[in-house]
Amino acid sequence: MTKEVQDAFKAGIPIFIGYVPAAIAFGILSKGCGITFLECFLFSAVVFAGASQFIALNLLMTGMGPGGIILTTLLVNFRHFLMSAYLSTRIGRIARKYIFLIAFGVTDEVFSVLSFKKGQLSKTFVFILQLSAYSGWISGTVTGYIMGGFLPEILTKSMGVALYALLLAILLPEIKKSTKAVILVIASGLLNTILIKLDILPDGWTIIVCILIIASVGSFFVADDVQEEVCE
Amino acid sequence: MNNLIPLILGMAAVTYGPRLIPFLMLTNKKTPKRVDAFLKCIPVAAIGALIIPGVFNATPDMPLAAISGMAFTLIYGLWRGGIIIPVLGSVAVTYFILFLGN
Repeated sequence: MTKEVQDAFKAGIPIFIGYVPAAIAFGILSKGCGITFLECFLFSAVVFAGASQFIALNLLMTGMGPGGIILTTLLVNFRHFLMSAYLSTRIGRIARKYIFLIAFGVTDEVFSVLSFKKGQLSKTFVFILQLSAYSGWISGTVTGYIMGGFLPEILTKSMGVALYALLLAILLPEIKKSTKAVILVIASGLLNTILIKLDILPDGWTIIVCILIIASVGSFFVADDVQEEVCE
Repeated sequence: MNNLIPLILGMAAVTYGPRLIPFLMLTNKKTPKRVDAFLKCIPVAAIGALIIPGVFNATPDMPLAAISGMAFTLIYGLWRGGIIIPVLGSVAVTYFILFLGN
């Protein structure tokens, strides 16, 4: 096994572990909403987008039609446009041939891991990481739908923290290195809190506005670092 | 309930589109320095907004449980690093606090 493959599994296992409980929750909720096993499976297998799958279930229950739900999904997932824009500057030459596959697996957590990996991203690394994420999401969904009723409620509730912990754990090495990163993270979180409280933007757009504003402000601070890297 | 397959396919399309289009747009082009600096800041800005304030509602009945779990992740992660233990540990701590609270 090459170092690249080992690194990819090392990075992929935590995503798998974080996704299983979140997907179990999705499986349980789907069953509770009365959708079929096949539909529940397809949600995870074809859409593969955590937050919007949960939101879709909520909206289905409120009786919203497919048009409204699809529009909401677009709004909620539009943040991935910005994430892919970043990743597209990072993938290696060979990996570029596989953008149609790679794009499918750009989730928040995959993006977060990829963005802090040093150097160009190889197709091996990206695919192993995305497959770990995908298999965790699918197996959790299936488990949740089938076994949901048997798991203690308090356990499934506590699993809700897993994805947040995953994001924080991915972020910590970056935070340790740079005070600027700490400031940007907290500023982004505060801005998001304010925007949600103001309640003027549709679901998912508060995050997009935060990324646009905070990354614009941040770009003035990191411009020097970028130059350093170019010079290396 | 009606057949959900068309809905699922529609959702898949509007999820895949935004994930794919930037790859098609930027591939093989050199980005200006200012844009590069902006793109570089996206990860940190995104993760900040993904965690806050959502985490305070991760265990809605008892926000303290999720916050304790995250405190474990923060402390252990800063101390020893890694991802698996910080993640599993946060679930364990959250479980424990929820258990005590019930």
